[in-house]
Amino acid sequence: MHQALSAAISIGFFGLAYAMVLYLISVGLSVTLGLMGVVNLAHGAFAMFGGYAVTELMARAGLPFWAALIAGVVLVAAGGAVLERVLYRRLYGGDELDQVLLTIGLVFMSLAAARFGFGTLDQVFHPPPALAGTITIAGRSFPTYRSFLILSGAALVALLWLGLDRTRFGAMLRAAVDNPRMAEAVGIDTGRLFAVSFALGSGLAALGGGLGAEILPISPAYPVQYLVDFLTVVAVGGAGSIRGPFLAALLLGISQTAFLYFWPASGSFFIDALTLGLLMWRPRGLVPAA
Amino acid sequence: MRRFAILLAAAGAALGLTFAAPAWAKTIRIGIITTYSGPLAPPGISMDRGLTLYAKLHAKDLPKGVKVRIIRRDDTGIAPATAKRLAQELVTRDHVQFLAGSVYSPDALAIAPLATEAKVPFVVMNAAAADLVRKSPYVVRDSFTLWQVAMPMGEWAAKHGMGDAYTAVSDYAPGWDAEGGFIAGIKAAGGKIVGSVRFPLNNPDFAPVLQRIKDLHPHTLFIFVPGGPQSTQMMKTFNALGLAKAGIHLVTTQDLVIDSELPKMGNIPLGVVSSGTYQEASKRPANRAFVAAFQKAYPGSIPDFPAMQGWDGMAMIFRVIRQTGGTFAPAQAMAILSHYSTTNSPRGPFHIDPATRDVVENVYIRRVEKLKNGQLANVRFDTFPMVSDPWAKMHPQK
Repeated sequence: MHQALSAAISIGFFGLAYAMVLYLISVGLSVTLGLMGVVNLAHGAFAMFGGYAVTELMARAGLPFWAALIAGVVLVAAGGAVLERVLYRRLYGGDELDQVLLTIGLVFMSLAAARFGFGTLDQVFHPPPALAGTITIAGRSFPTYRSFLILSGAALVALLWLGLDRTRFGAMLRAAVDNPRMAEAVGIDTGRLFAVSFALGSGLAALGGGLGAEILPISPAYPVQYLVDFLTVVAVGGAGSIRGPFLAALLLGISQTAFLYFWPASGSFFIDALTLGLLMWRPRGLVPAA
Repeated sequence: MRRFAILLAAAGAALGLTFAAPAWAKTIRIGIITTYSGPLAPPGISMDRGLTLYAKLHAKDLPKGVKVRIIRRDDTGIAPATAKRLAQELVTRDHVQFLAGSVYSPDALAIAPLATEAKVPFVVMNAAAADLVRKSPYVVRDSFTLWQVAMPMGEWAAKHGMGDAYTAVSDYAPGWDAEGGFIAGIKAAGGKIVGSVRFPLNNPDFAPVLQRIKDLHPHTLFIFVPGGPQSTQMMKTFNALGLAKAGIHLVTTQDLVIDSELPKMGNIPLGVVSSGTYQEASKRPANRAFVAAFQKAYPGSIPDFPAMQGWDGMAMIFRVIRQTGGTFAPAQAMAILSHYSTTNSPRGPFHIDPATRDVVENVYIRRVEKLKNGQLANVRFDTFPMVSDPWAKMHPQK
């Protein structure tokens, strides 16, 4: 009994930390897919560059963790806005093959750029001293950094959902996802809206990449290595949905952790089987966008 | 018919040229196939530095008029097809007289049959699969096998109150060998294994695996991961989860505490006990000279066991050239290589067993300590003298 409880706590804790990272990175992908109808395969690259910004600015420029994280998010969000204006907007409502070609091209460019700029090795990420080591809660010790990940992830998710529920921008965004033509007809500037939400999604990805550098190590292979995980979260959650991917991230994060905990040698096979089953049951995702 | 005969003659001449080349060539060509790029490159680059440095510093010792040309090829990681193609090119196009290198066993296993076919001695400078030396009579190895290194660790653990152990290894051939060797060692010395786990080689996050072990709370934990960036990742996770604080004793092979990664780990690995064939901090004069030359040639870098193996492998090749004056048949070269013996390697004494063409060497038990200059280092405190590969003894060749 004691052992089962301790296993459940461990799996819940590590699964939750992993799920937060997955959600922060994937939510932007869900929005671009639902709102603009673009399959952005290069989405992982934004997370990767967020991760590089954090590790490099800390190691080379000596910036503190928080400053590096914020700088990374701002830089990547700005880069996302520029890319949206220059490249992505040409794809809206366009041919899916064009989208795949362009975004896969961006993936390859990002791989080469990362390799050229930062070398081929995994980045070494050291959490700030205040978040290193372990904390003890109710007689059990937990890694401090991952506890912080869970708390800050939860806070960010709450902030994001509140923002989309309560602000004018959120209402406009929801309107545009539901019915873009009607939204335009009532005077919403969808062009601007698209640019802002694309930048927001890229920034969130960078935040997830930077915060999650301990769980998903940053290397030039990142955008390809974890693309399937991000796409799975969006597909299982329901493309275009904001909350669906959160459910999916929880499910994926916790089940992946459970398999690694009990059966590390065969875990990935069961994850794929689980995804397959879920998608056969609900092809449009757990929480399909309207 | 005549055209066919001409073709045949031409082919014969070409072949003759290939195999006659060693008889008059005074430039000895050495083909190095190792990993220069990609995430698995650090041990390959280290190895290249070791062998290059030896060749540079000892060029003056070569017989008069004899030169060495090193031809480098990048196998890009665990890529047997690439390694095989590169070996083929080195043999047929560049007419190398030696093949050498190989960080990863799958690559070396792909090269071995070509060494047999072309009768080119192949000096393995890292790849540790136990049965590799049996794949070709032209293979000779100066590195180690994981059975060789892990079994003494198991014996030592059982004899020092760490007889209840859990094993956790990367799920690929060297990991299985490390697991097998450690378990055989601990059982031979009266200890027992309370559980074993293998985790995926390309695992992004070790935390769930280590957390399970923490929850099970074994007295001793044996870990194997390939030496390099994963070493740091694993040690960091081990620390972040507080396994040491929970009272779990870590023992491992030199891969997890590889000298070149120690500076990236902070104080985390202090006190970790491991078994290995080389420590950078060793005070042996041959090692001090090696480390000094290495740091002069590559400022800011720390030689590790792949670097030492590259250095020693090149020393073996140089001995062939010096003893024969640079003119030798493949069989002659193999005879010298497989009787190689030295007391003056940076690692200490070692020799090649002529029967197996595999290395016989000391296995050291070391602990990570902080030196006076503030740096961490593996410091030897016990030795298993002149260990040969236990797997080969347990699995005699039919």
